[in-house]
Amino acid sequence: MSHAYVVVAEVRAGALRQVTLEALHAVSLLKEEGDSAAAVLIGSQITPLASELAEYLDGEVHVLDHPALENYNAEAYFEALTQVLGTLNPHTVVFGHTAIGRDLAPMVAAHLNAGQISDITAIQNTGTTASFTRPIYAGKAFEQKQFTDGPRVITIRPNNIPTAAKAANPATIVETEYSPAVDLKSVIKDVVRKTSGKVDLTEAKFVVSGGRGVKSAEGFKPLEELADVLGGAVGASRGACDAGYCDYAMQIGQTGKVVTPEIYIACGISGAIQHLAGMSQSRVIIAINKDPEAPIFKVADYGIVGDLFEVVPLLTKEFREILVSS
Amino acid sequence: MNIYVLLKQTFDTEERIVITNGEISDDGVKYVINPYDEYAVEEALRQKEQHGGTVIVLSVGPERSAEALRTALAMGADEAVLIMDARIPADEFSVSRVLAAYLGKQSPDLILGGNFSVDSGGGQIAVRISRLLGLPHVSSIIKLDISGMNAEVQRDSEGDTETVQVSLPALFTAQQGLNEPRYPSLPGIMKAKKKPFQTLSLDDLGLDDTEIAPKTRRLSLALPPARKAGQIMKGDLAEQAAQLVQLLRTDAKLI
Repeated sequence: MSHAYVVVAEVRAGALRQVTLEALHAVSLLKEEGDSAAAVLIGSQITPLASELAEYLDGEVHVLDHPALENYNAEAYFEALTQVLGTLNPHTVVFGHTAIGRDLAPMVAAHLNAGQISDITAIQNTGTTASFTRPIYAGKAFEQKQFTDGPRVITIRPNNIPTAAKAANPATIVETEYSPAVDLKSVIKDVVRKTSGKVDLTEAKFVVSGGRGVKSAEGFKPLEELADVLGGAVGASRGACDAGYCDYAMQIGQTGKVVTPEIYIACGISGAIQHLAGMSQSRVIIAINKDPEAPIFKVADYGIVGDLFEVVPLLTKEFREILVSS
Repeated sequence: MNIYVLLKQTFDTEERIVITNGEISDDGVKYVINPYDEYAVEEALRQKEQHGGTVIVLSVGPERSAEALRTALAMGADEAVLIMDARIPADEFSVSRVLAAYLGKQSPDLILGGNFSVDSGGGQIAVRISRLLGLPHVSSIIKLDISGMNAEVQRDSEGDTETVQVSLPALFTAQQGLNEPRYPSLPGIMKAKKKPFQTLSLDDLGLDDTEIAPKTRRLSLALPPARKAGQIMKGDLAEQAAQLVQLLRTDAKLI
């Protein structure tokens, strides 16, 4: 029997999110001969992105392009998405484990009476059964899960599954008429984009993170400069957030976000267990701390014992030189 | 206002994870209210203080979960309900159905929960419940203002802030920054002992186990590969910085 796989695509700052291409790759790992693949793209003035998305999948790209869908609204997006899912009769729906995916996926799962496996970091498919690896306790342990019944809803963690390659035959674009519901119980009044132009923490290849050692909100400045040079994002430990040096949105740890960048630079972070849970799956960890006994050095690949306010600007200078010359 | 809080008892976030016989060991573990649910309890209490009403804390879990519910009562919640039944599978589809079966028989004006639990971290149950009950929801909120039967909330979306107006009844999940949870006071702890505490089974909810058969199952559990302590740079700080960047280029090949 042929199964329908559906990826719910996402747009951020006018571009397709990388995790959408990772979700398409997840589909290629799961899909069997004869199964179909589709992507759903929801938003406003996104039709040009649909053609871009179409290059990565052999199937259909369903587009719901309407001014009322400009900003994410759980109810409106759910209505729009279920309208398309109703015609596709999906066997598996794939989301990115992002602000939107985390919110929409359980709505869709409840609607489809489906099981959901969230925050997947790896997929194993033997052909007869697929199993999914996901962190629990924010990465202090990993579990492998399987569906016992369909349909299936999954969310995949950004930065862990490779991106899809371009398809031999680009997808057909199917435009779906969307008429906004008149009886929505929730209305978006305002969106303040504090992160415009910045790389999202969970998708960043480089994360520069500050702890209590940064001492103040001002103290994050040198970390921001280093992140800018690397094209990365700035994170923080719970200590720094609790002390009021930064926004909770930046917190990395078991409470807060889990990140898996290529390079994680921990500045003035001692390395409490709850913080380590959120970053110890990074590819390379660099620790900068005045205290040579700080637990962070036990998980770091490279360490510099010294004052972050001296070390970070030196690193920024070195990276800038090497990145300019290459 | 009838306020319900979804609450899960979890390991303290400073606990290490030990696997014994393929299961996570709970030997000597310190338990807490899931930190995100604690914000939900605090918000429920603040809304009650402003608008009046009753705060009922609700959990699905084993007997030890009663301790977390008692803590919420000591913080100021009015009643607690523990749904405890060995037939409830550890699957979000199943647990959300159990909670929705209970809540569907109540008349909630406001349901609060955490953004996700710090143990299983699926982040599904509260949102699933909103769908099962046909209620609007906003997840990951950092501010909640209620006026009459309308709420204006601020939602954290990967660092951006969205302001949403919703009509009640509605469900919200708490993000860090929503509030600063209070500690239970000594009189609060004393009063908690006398507050209504209900324990319910599947039979009490009129559910049988076929309706909540799990959709997923765990195959195995493993600890991540341990990281080894690496290399500490030497020399003056400028040399160390140069050496580090060089190593990233030559050894790790990441630059």
